[in-house]
Amino acid sequence: MLNLEFLNPLILTSLTPLVGLLILFVIPATKESFCRLVALNTACITFLFSLILWIQFDSHTSLFQFSATFDWFPSANLYYTLGIDGISMFFILLTTLLTIICILVSWSSVKFLIKEYLICFLLLEFFLIQVFSVLDLLWFYIFFESVLIPMFLIVGIWGSRERKIRAAYQFFLYTLVGSLLMLIALLTIYFQVGSTDLQILWHYNFTEIKQIIFWLAFFSSFAVKIPMIPFHIWLPEAHAEAPTAGSVILAGILLKMGGYGFLRFSIPLFPEACIYFTPLIFTLSIIAILYASLTTLRQVDLKKIIAYSSVSHMGFVTIGIFSLNLHGIEGSILLMLSHGLVSSALFLCIGILYDRHKTRILKYYSGLMQVMPLFGIFFLFFTFANLGFPGTSSFIGELLVLIGAFQLNRILTFFASIGMILGAAYSIWLFNRISFGTLKTQYFSFFQDISRREFWILLPLTLLILWMGIYPISFLSEMHFSVLSLIEQLF
Amino acid sequence: MYLLILLLPLLGALFAGFFGRFLGHKGAGIISLLCVILSMLLSLLAFYEVGLMGLNCYLRISPWIEVGVLKISWSLLFDSLTVTMLVVITVISSLVHLYSIRYMQYDPHLPRFMAFLEIFTFFMLILVTADNLVQMFVGWEGVGLASYLLINFWFTRLAANQSAIKALVVNRIGDFGLSLGILTTFYIFQSVDYYTIFSLTPLVSDYSLNFGGYTVSGITLIGVFLFIGAIGKSAQLGLHTWLPDAMEGPTPVSALIHAATMVTAGVFLLIRFSPLLEFSSIVLNILIIFGSLTAFFAAMSGVFQNDLKRVIAYSTCSQLGYMIFSCGISCYNVSMFHLANHAFFKALLFLSAGSVIHALANEQDMRRMGSTIKFLPVTYSLMLIGSFALAGFPFLTGFYSKDFILELTQITLNNNLYNIQGSFACWLGNLSVFFTAFYSFRLIYLTFINSTNATKNIILKSHEPSLYMLLPLILLGLGSIFVGYLTKDLFIGLGTDFWNSAILILPNHSYFIEAEWLNITIKWLPFVLSSLGIVLATFTNVRQTYIYLYNKIYRFGCFLINKKWYWDILYNRFFVYPILNFGYLVSFKNLDRGFIELLGPYGLTKLIPTWAYIFSKLQSGQLSHYLFFFVLGVCLFIVIIIGNILFYNLQLIFFYFVLIFFI
Repeated sequence: MLNLEFLNPLILTSLTPLVGLLILFVIPATKESFCRLVALNTACITFLFSLILWIQFDSHTSLFQFSATFDWFPSANLYYTLGIDGISMFFILLTTLLTIICILVSWSSVKFLIKEYLICFLLLEFFLIQVFSVLDLLWFYIFFESVLIPMFLIVGIWGSRERKIRAAYQFFLYTLVGSLLMLIALLTIYFQVGSTDLQILWHYNFTEIKQIIFWLAFFSSFAVKIPMIPFHIWLPEAHAEAPTAGSVILAGILLKMGGYGFLRFSIPLFPEACIYFTPLIFTLSIIAILYASLTTLRQVDLKKIIAYSSVSHMGFVTIGIFSLNLHGIEGSILLMLSHGLVSSALFLCIGILYDRHKTRILKYYSGLMQVMPLFGIFFLFFTFANLGFPGTSSFIGELLVLIGAFQLNRILTFFASIGMILGAAYSIWLFNRISFGTLKTQYFSFFQDISRREFWILLPLTLLILWMGIYPISFLSEMHFSVLSLIEQLF
Repeated sequence: MYLLILLLPLLGALFAGFFGRFLGHKGAGIISLLCVILSMLLSLLAFYEVGLMGLNCYLRISPWIEVGVLKISWSLLFDSLTVTMLVVITVISSLVHLYSIRYMQYDPHLPRFMAFLEIFTFFMLILVTADNLVQMFVGWEGVGLASYLLINFWFTRLAANQSAIKALVVNRIGDFGLSLGILTTFYIFQSVDYYTIFSLTPLVSDYSLNFGGYTVSGITLIGVFLFIGAIGKSAQLGLHTWLPDAMEGPTPVSALIHAATMVTAGVFLLIRFSPLLEFSSIVLNILIIFGSLTAFFAAMSGVFQNDLKRVIAYSTCSQLGYMIFSCGISCYNVSMFHLANHAFFKALLFLSAGSVIHALANEQDMRRMGSTIKFLPVTYSLMLIGSFALAGFPFLTGFYSKDFILELTQITLNNNLYNIQGSFACWLGNLSVFFTAFYSFRLIYLTFINSTNATKNIILKSHEPSLYMLLPLILLGLGSIFVGYLTKDLFIGLGTDFWNSAILILPNHSYFIEAEWLNITIKWLPFVLSSLGIVLATFTNVRQTYIYLYNKIYRFGCFLINKKWYWDILYNRFFVYPILNFGYLVSFKNLDRGFIELLGPYGLTKLIPTWAYIFSKLQSGQLSHYLFFFVLGVCLFIVIIIGNILFYNLQLIFFYFVLIFFI
């Protein structure tokens, strides 16, 4: 009798990248275009499977769906459990979508070790899908850390400058130190409860002092990933040195792991500690929003500008998560998804510029609207999406986050809203410097508008951002029950 | 039909924008013009149905955001306020479209220009037809985007770039206020729909909430936040600096966006929220004070500007001040009436100014114009009509609204309803009338009548614009003459039921009956003042009186006002540069690149080798050193054992001791 458990779309989604990976291993590295095709097809198939996840998803329940359990060490009460709910489903979709885009983006810009590069990306995709679907604390930790390995390699090997080693090192150091504390907390939890299964842990009440200690340990790991000030300085470095696809996946998904961790673990496991630490989070977020925005105003490296603006946007996300109400949390999830699309798209735009002119210093660019009108239109759209233009996805996210925060603290919201002004200032400044003004022909004399491949990469992102902004209900309605049950854990 | 009013401009924008390459200049122009004219005809129909017949229309298109109790939908609301705005917007927009097809004839990016104009029209229509605050915010930001793109239309010019960024960022400060207003509204009413808010307002009028430790009345807080939004969009004092700079854009843009429609969005917002503002006297007083100050300062600034378009821009700013303070004295319908009238004569002024600039080879400085009356007689007469209407000359359009506003302020001064804010508005409003007349006619004299300072080449080449450009001008000229007369009784006639439920004026705030019984000499006052202004302008220009130029005080005043009261410099020096420097020196260099980095990875990488070096030095290889450590260890061990017996806590003390030793 055939075991039909494998037809579970979640398992199919998780395993497809691995299958692609194995195929890639046996292809000789000299057949570069074949390698690319295999990787692209794998990513596309994975994306299709993840779309099936969305289609089959039942939005009227808060239970975990498509769940499957495998024995690992039954004697030690350790299992491997998979399952998704409304919170994690969209992150999986985002992962699978962005992987396709990453592979497409590096179609011709990566010049060496292509097979290994693609292997890294498929591995990364596999790890990320696991991170978002695994329902076991220990496994979550394992995958959360494993993501570091391919990412470290991507930054360190295919980065653009000599400085990439330092950036990769910094990236590694920060995330590792953060998560070591989490490991200690995890072991303590395991020895106390006797299980690392998430659904069991949710029904376990820790004492308040233990909650606070565990929360801090988890926080150190998630805050580095999100990143919150003062653990954020690895982000601009890593972004600036990573190849375009690396930046896309870093900004698009890796940052969301922190927010996802807060939602999945910190809030339901340690509700009292969450309420206890809310003022700390709010303070750090406000500092992140204002300081990062101000810093962004004075950056000259294009990628660093986007990176710092990411820090500022993630400040909104943490405010939303810790406002601990329906509007705030759904807003922050939506803002994370939206940021995954918008900042990825901006990094793609910058990658397009970098591919053509091999520099990321703002000073050399000016007046590109005259020679790259299509690029200009896309860049304009993404810039306005970045500053939270109504009708784009970030607006919905920011609005919901601010509504959620306003219920708790008016002054907090006031200062967070100042971030909107500064956001407009740096976004429009960046756009204006690149696209408008006179053409600096003393630096560049050859120009080329975006190619057909780049057009088809950017167009879906544009449409998605618009869809999320104009009809966000198709996203929000899937998460209502999950978020409500998450809030229920608090009270 | 109602949906088509909105969709047609969007369609036009998409066609002209994305397919402009294939349509060519003519095609793009015709398609966009056709779209907006159809939209205008439908708006007129809507005006007939909703405004004149009183059939309000509500369209629910689809849900938008639904989270918990927050339910926002895409829906359109057509009541008399909306349809009035619709007519104003679409009429001015179609005339400007017609005008700019010929005005921008030789620009290679005409399709793009038309697309931007259409986009603007679309967002403006969204703004006025929205039935909830958030959807209105879409239009609000959208017109900001369109304004940015249109100011920046000639994007290779640095000045255009700067003004566009300035307009967007300053507007964004207003948007910040508006978005806080939305949040507060939702907090108090748990809804953002207009009708829900307005019907609940009387019930929560004494509700107060805690804002940063202060207890503030909820309605007042909402009102103040909305007004911050209006300050930004409607260029009121404090955030008005973007409007004169926005004149860097092409002239049709100035006419459409920065005179007739977009800048009135703030006023529209306040009028729309009349059922809420009426319950907060504090907000009304703030409106009076800001509005009258703006009217006065802007009118004064207009007097000493030398750029043709900037004069008109300051005049716009000043007229917006009138609209705002007439909202403050609870005369929302008069404010709306003035808004509609102002749209006609201000668009006329700008478009005629465009003709002049077009004729004089893009010269904008009035000091280098003159004598154009001989070459541009039609433009001159149209400009004269516009100026008279602006100055409030009797029986022209401006007269009916502006005079009535001033009469209403007189009431607060003269009757037993005396309140200090009203008289403030009265004084400043009347003084501004004088300045308005003065700068309008200074403009006429400098541009058309005085002997010319332009070069012979330019003057000889100057000619009247073609019929396509004149047609909108003439239509607007007719509007500037007749619109006020025709619609006065409809909009502000005593006991008119045109506004239905769109505007609420509390009975104890209404002064309309008193205005009918005002002393006749007072009713003449604005006319006398404006005539004085005209006479003075004539006197200074015709007699060529140079004597006043040598007066020191006068020259200082001139200097101060010509430099726009130093608003820009103050803002730059006290806000912009400190913030930018903070961003670089403090948050980037000191914190990110200094403190955090040193405490973080770089500190660690420096510390670990140092420690390793220190520890490796302990391995010196000399027996005496090892012996010393051995003895030390034994001693400590003994101390611990004894200490453990005597004092319980010594272990910890020892631990600290070791720690200190190593560090």
